[in-house]
This record gives sequence, structure tokens and C-alpha cells, in this order.
Amino acid sequence: MLAKRIIPCLDIKNGRTVKGVNFVNLIDAGDPVELAKQYAIEGADELVFLDISATLEGRATTLEMVLRVAEQVNIPFTVGGGISSVEDVDALLKHGADKISINSSAVKHPDLINELSNKFGSQCIVVAIDAKQIDNDWFVHLAGGTIPTEIRLFDWAKEVEQRGAGEILFTSMNHDGTKNGFANEALSKLSNTVNIPIIASGGAGTKQHFVDVFTEGKTDAALAASVFHFGEIPIKELKEELRNNNIEVRL
Amino acid sequence: MKIAIIDYGAGNIKSIQFAFKRLGYEALLTNNADIIKQADKVIFPGVGEAGHAIKMLKASGLDQLIPTLKQPVLGICLGMQLMCQHTEESNTKGLGIFNVDVKKFTHAVKVPQMGWNTISNLKSSLFKDILEGEYMYLVHSYYAEQCEEAIATTHYEVDYASALQKDNFYGVQFHPEKSSSAGEQLLKNFIKM
Repeated sequence: MLAKRIIPCLDIKNGRTVKGVNFVNLIDAGDPVELAKQYAIEGADELVFLDISATLEGRATTLEMVLRVAEQVNIPFTVGGGISSVEDVDALLKHGADKISINSSAVKHPDLINELSNKFGSQCIVVAIDAKQIDNDWFVHLAGGTIPTEIRLFDWAKEVEQRGAGEILFTSMNHDGTKNGFANEALSKLSNTVNIPIIASGGAGTKQHFVDVFTEGKTDAALAASVFHFGEIPIKELKEELRNNNIEVRL
Repeated sequence: MKIAIIDYGAGNIKSIQFAFKRLGYEALLTNNADIIKQADKVIFPGVGEAGHAIKMLKASGLDQLIPTLKQPVLGICLGMQLMCQHTEESNTKGLGIFNVDVKKFTHAVKVPQMGWNTISNLKSSLFKDILEGEYMYLVHSYYAEQCEEAIATTHYEVDYASALQKDNFYGVQFHPEKSSSAGEQLLKNFIKM
């Protein structure tokens, strides 16, 4: 049976990991390659790198980093953050990224999804959606959730699927950073709305939250950052807990 | 050991080259017929769309060359599918090496299948030291039907052939280069053939 995926997310600036990462046995905790290798050994199913570099130089450094990750890591990885053109994607894939994720640029230019999936195949195009629940309705937000739009989440999800997205990475702005659990109700509805895989993001705090996101949220994969980086939830322990709850995982 | 990775402009093939490098082997990306013929092992990768891929192969004459190769050949993902008789993707005729057709998953399941699934009924030395029920990484919307040439079976909507063999030709639907240590074991086994 297809296993549910556990995906650590690393924020990258100028080719280095940012935010605190607290791994005991790392030579250089700021080196994304070191971290990625460690996560692969611990049993992560995939990795996501989110580039938050603000400068062209910084982004060029990230490209170098992508190449080093591809050379040294034996599980798939996605790169997202600031991607806005066919050329950006071409460069990332040529440097060895398995998938890329687009967010604001897809909302601003929805045709970009079609162009990318036609040129590179749906399998490597992830559309990330940040949304916030306002008066019982979910609205898409841009720029890391800071700019609201009038686009409704479920309409947008359907549209990105039709335009050729291979996967949706959904972050609930209401849950992100709270450590109070994922947006399971919205996730479950999303999973019933589209027929492509859904990655849940935002709200992971405990192992039970992951059990809930797979059972109640009906999601295909769950992404988290701090609970993994600070060793609060070791991936192997998490997967054992999931298996004890009859959730299929790769152990 | 000369390993040739057939480069016909299909997707991210650097990952396969890197995987061999991690195992200590230099693999060459090439579309040169002489280099491919003389290699000890040939990898036939493929990511993307079948109709486009077969056009690229025909443009370089590789569609004629591949079925005549005598050394071990390993098709990966779309590479494996193109080695079959026919694929529903863009109604494309394949190279006809494996006697099986490629179908699309229906909407009863999420398409593409993306992630780690198990392989079982392992029937070849390609799977030496790989356990029944091992997980491999897959990303695909089309699958080879269960058949006599199947050397591994995976379940997603149906039981399908996730690996095939005929004579010196091998094909795997999963990505060994992205399948952690189990995938590396498979590449090691292939090198030893």
C-alpha cells in the first residue's frame, strides 16, 4: 500500500538553513546538506527546501546548494520560494531538484501552472496554497500569508488541479505556528475536492496531531519544521506511533 | 566498469548519475550510439511525457538501437514504460521489448501515485538482499499491467508490474536513485550483473 509521507521543511537563506536547528550530532547545523542527509537516515520520506533569500546572489547560492543536495541525498526533495518563471524551474530541475513548488506567482499568473506542467510534467509541479479561515470561509493569502485575496481555497485548489498541478501543499495560516494540530476539516474537504495528493502544513505539535491529520484530515503527506528541527518529535518514533494507529508508513 | 545513461533530453537524469557516484561509479550521460553499444551497463531513464519522449528517441535513432543492445539494460520509470508494447499516454507505440501494455490509473485513486509503496513477488537477482515488502519511491500516472515478465508487483488501485525483465532487459517503475538504501542496493545488484 502507498505509505503516508513525513516531510521536514527547511528554510534556506543564501544557501544556509535559517531558524534554529538543534541536532546533536551535526558538524554544521547550518549546512542544508548535512541536515538533509541526517533526515534521510532518520527516515524522512521527502524534504522541502523553502528559499527565503531576498537577493539574486542569495538565490544563486541556493542553486549551488540544490546541486549538493542532489549529489549527496538519496530521497526526493522539493524546492520552493520565489519561483516565478519557466527559467527558474528549468535551472532548479537541472541542478537536481525532483519537484518545485510555486505559490504567489501561480496566483498572479495562473497560466504559469499550465506552462510548467506542459514543459516539465505535472509530477514535478507542486502548488503551495496559504489560506486563512475568515467567517467560515477559506481565503487564499499571498506573500507568506500576509496579503489577503478574494480567491476561495476550494475553487483555487480545483483550478490548480485542472491547470496541471501534480500536488498541493496546503498551509493553514490559522494553524501555522500554533502547535495545536493541523486544519483537519479543511484538509479533508480539500482531499475530497481534488484528485491529486495533498500535503498538510501548519500546526504540528504532537505525534497525535500527525495521527489526526492522516485519519481525520485524509491527507497524503504531512509537513513540519520546528518539531523535527528541535528533536521534539524524532521521525522514527513518530512513524512507530503512526503504525500503531494502523497508518501505513515506511519504517 | 562503463555505465552509460542514455540522454535524450528527458527530465532530471542527473539524479541517476549522482546515485552511481555515491556508489563509487562514474556514469556517463550520452546519446552517442557507439558509446552506448560499448558500455558494460546501460541505463534508460525517462521523466516526462511518453509521446514527446518517443519522438526524441526517434530523432536520434535510439529507438532502433535500444532493442538491439546485448549488455544489461535498466529502464527507469518512463524508460521502463517506453520498453513496453504500447502506452495509453498520448496513445504511444513503445519499443516492444516487454510484452505488456501500459494503462492509466482511473480516478478511483489519486493520480499521480506519489510516494513510497511496497514491492513484492520479487523474482530476480536484481532484488538480491532486498526484502519482500520493501518500500520504493514512485511517481507515475500510468502502469504496466500484471504479466509473465513481471519480476515485482505493487498494489495501487490494481496489482501491477512494478518491475519487468526479459533476457538482458530490466525495467523498474520506481526510482532506485531516490529510494534510499533499498534503491542503492538495487543499483549495486544491477552493476554486478
